[in-house]
Amino acid sequence: MREYSDKKNRQAKAYYSDRFYLSPQVPKEKVDTDNIFLKDIKSLESLFVIKEAYIQKGQLVVYISAKDNLKVMKFLKNKLKYNFLSDISAVDWLAKSGEFEIFYQMLSTSKRKRMRVKFFIKEKEEIKSVTSIYKSADWAEREMYDMFGVRITGHHFMKRILMPDDWHDHPLRKTYPLIGDEEAQWYEIDKIFGREYRDVIGPEERDCAKIVEKDTHRFARIKHEVPFGTKYSSEETQTEYQEEGGIPIVRKLKKSDVKILKERP
Amino acid sequence: MAQHKINYLSEGGLPVALTTVDKLVQWGRSNSLWPMTYGLACCAIEMMATGASRYDFDRFGTIFRASPRQSDVLIIAGTLTKKHSPFMRRLYDQMSEPKWVISMGSCANTGGMFNTYATVQGADRIIPVDIYLPGCAPRPESLQYALMLLQKKVRTQSCSNKLKPKRLV
Amino acid sequence: MQKVNRLQPFFENLVFEREDNHMIVNFGPQHPSSHGQLRLILELDGELVTKAVPDIGYLHRGMEKMAENMIYNEFLPTTDRMDYIAPTSNNYGFSLAVEKLIGLDVPRRAKVIRMMLLELSRITSHLFWIATHALDVGAMTVFLYAFREREYAMDLFEDYCGARLTHSAIRIGGVPLDLPKDWINSLIKFINKMPAALATYEGLLDQNRIWKMRLENVGVISPEMAQSWGCSGPMLRGSGIAWDIRKEEPYELYDEVEFDVPVTNRCDCYGRYKIYMQEMRESLKILKQLIPMHKETTPEIMADAPKYISAPKEQIMTQNYSLMQHFVLITQGMRPPVGEVYVVTESPKGELGFYINSQGDPYPYRLKVRTPSFWHTSIFQDLLPGQYLADVVTIIGNANIVFGEIDR
Repeated sequence: MREYSDKKNRQAKAYYSDRFYLSPQVPKEKVDTDNIFLKDIKSLESLFVIKEAYIQKGQLVVYISAKDNLKVMKFLKNKLKYNFLSDISAVDWLAKSGEFEIFYQMLSTSKRKRMRVKFFIKEKEEIKSVTSIYKSADWAEREMYDMFGVRITGHHFMKRILMPDDWHDHPLRKTYPLIGDEEAQWYEIDKIFGREYRDVIGPEERDCAKIVEKDTHRFARIKHEVPFGTKYSSEETQTEYQEEGGIPIVRKLKKSDVKILKERP
Repeated sequence: MAQHKINYLSEGGLPVALTTVDKLVQWGRSNSLWPMTYGLACCAIEMMATGASRYDFDRFGTIFRASPRQSDVLIIAGTLTKKHSPFMRRLYDQMSEPKWVISMGSCANTGGMFNTYATVQGADRIIPVDIYLPGCAPRPESLQYALMLLQKKVRTQSCSNKLKPKRLV
Repeated sequence: MQKVNRLQPFFENLVFEREDNHMIVNFGPQHPSSHGQLRLILELDGELVTKAVPDIGYLHRGMEKMAENMIYNEFLPTTDRMDYIAPTSNNYGFSLAVEKLIGLDVPRRAKVIRMMLLELSRITSHLFWIATHALDVGAMTVFLYAFREREYAMDLFEDYCGARLTHSAIRIGGVPLDLPKDWINSLIKFINKMPAALATYEGLLDQNRIWKMRLENVGVISPEMAQSWGCSGPMLRGSGIAWDIRKEEPYELYDEVEFDVPVTNRCDCYGRYKIYMQEMRESLKILKQLIPMHKETTPEIMADAPKYISAPKEQIMTQNYSLMQHFVLITQGMRPPVGEVYVVTESPKGELGFYINSQGDPYPYRLKVRTPSFWHTSIFQDLLPGQYLADVVTIIGNANIVFGEIDR
């Protein structure tokens, strides 16, 4: 029987889990424990819908609604002095709730504070590009599209960035297996030799423990390799020295000529 | 006829050396293998270190060339990804015969630790490889050893124009 | 069996507005000075670049996907291959992120050793940078000299962990080994050797007319541009913004050692070159201060957290419970708390951030690496237009990009 695998979430899973194990939580603090963040969140709340806000590991986490993203970012840059957009990416929750979680990682060098702006979108929902505010969003959004298939409007050059243009599917989705789908596994053969050469080249070998009869072995034991399956008789090392009629460059080592350094120069 | 009893080896060298064209040409080729600067990933750093001051690759008659047209050896130094694979095949096709390939590091040999969707599982799926050099990343010494092995291989080959097609895969 | 390629022509996917005299040049992905696998498609008006489209992804190895399918300790060696010029800084960034997630505190001796390795890797990275950058611009001597000193630093790494390039010398929870015997002495030797070497490079380059002509007023990044494009590290400090994470958000013992952060307002390649040279001197200064600190510490090098970190080998071999715990941690992996962290460190290239989203499983639910080179490469599309073709190589070399971490 073929092993059961969850098609919606191909991520590796622990083979053992304790039913009664309750995993601890990374503590979330209230926003009013930090004065700067409190001020920020108050001014944000006066203009936008804030679904949730807390401080985790010294960084403010704010959940906004997906429609506001462009306005919130503009406000953060111009009014709240968050001058760096460090990172943009997504988390795939499609199997659980059919949503992507998008986060914007912000940094303010004048306040020395970092915050994370987050929101959820449905799978086919489009979000607005923030490239007009932070130019660094340019490639990050392209990467997000490439890896997750998040649709972004208003970007000047929305194409795949890491994968080739003719790549099938979005690799960081949980439905995508680690070793790739069929298209991915034959990609280079199809591209270079053509589809009809799949039979000639053969499938990829991904089992690192497999032994082929072409392999040689026993190098570690007898200092030279013998073809797999043959019987080896001599335990002597095969070396060809110049003195013994071997290749003309490899000479026997004269121990007396060797200078051993006591320490590295 | 008088017999000349001269030991040429001990008294001033041979006036005549006899050899075959094959051996002479391949000796010349093996001592001037010009690799291409083809750094793909981490192994490229070790390849550069091999070319730099301490390990000094030039001793072997190897001079790194930037153009595939001028080079004899393709050292695949690093991970070959699916996106890059057409370019490598193109570079290999551009190299003029005779040409050899050293696959440097686990990634180029088998895909190595990157058993993922984006990595070609062994460069030999695309181009024929002469020397597989294990290690992640191989030390400069082992790259030198690989080149010496390649020299040894070159010396045993025939120099005629009609080269046998190499086995792929 | 071998057939002629059936590859498409090069520019199948990009639309250029072709005017009469413009030429399109493809640069890379195999180019001796593209520092890996950068592909630039440049539109030239004579020698002047009018449009530049960087194309990356030729070294995309799927590391983030790998991380989702690996236990935390398994992923650590993969981080070596990200920024392979300074692998220790990546190991450290990842370890620190996981430690923050768990809430671990690392013993003081481990901190000292970690800082030593970090600063050493900063020096090796900068030495590599000066070597390749000088080679690109045309100074081969510096390449050979800088590699000579880099090999000494490599020896130190090798003595410590056995590997030259991919160290994995920093583990989650501490470091695996204490410093070997005489390591400190060789470090002192290295520290004493370096200033003269740095003076040699500067003597070769600083007042060199060609070097100055090719670097001065080339690749000018204004402060606004640097902020907007998310630059960090020397790229940001070269534009006059003093922001070093070691100073501003200190981790490890960086608040206890004394060092300066070099900043310049020149904004050009030459200014950044001076920053790199100065940073190496600052790193040496930090290393000097760390040497006495190592002696003062107690010999613990791994954090004591049996839920997450295996006990010392001695304890595993003698105590039953430690052995069981070790077995569980190796076969199943640790289960950190549910939550997310974004932890930044100052890698030699800039701000290296690890975002980890943990759902309490031994596998991270999502791991995103914020690598500085990725953002420094994206600036090329803005920076290169208006420059000359010959300066493109200078700017690429100066940005200190590494493709392992751009494409991940």
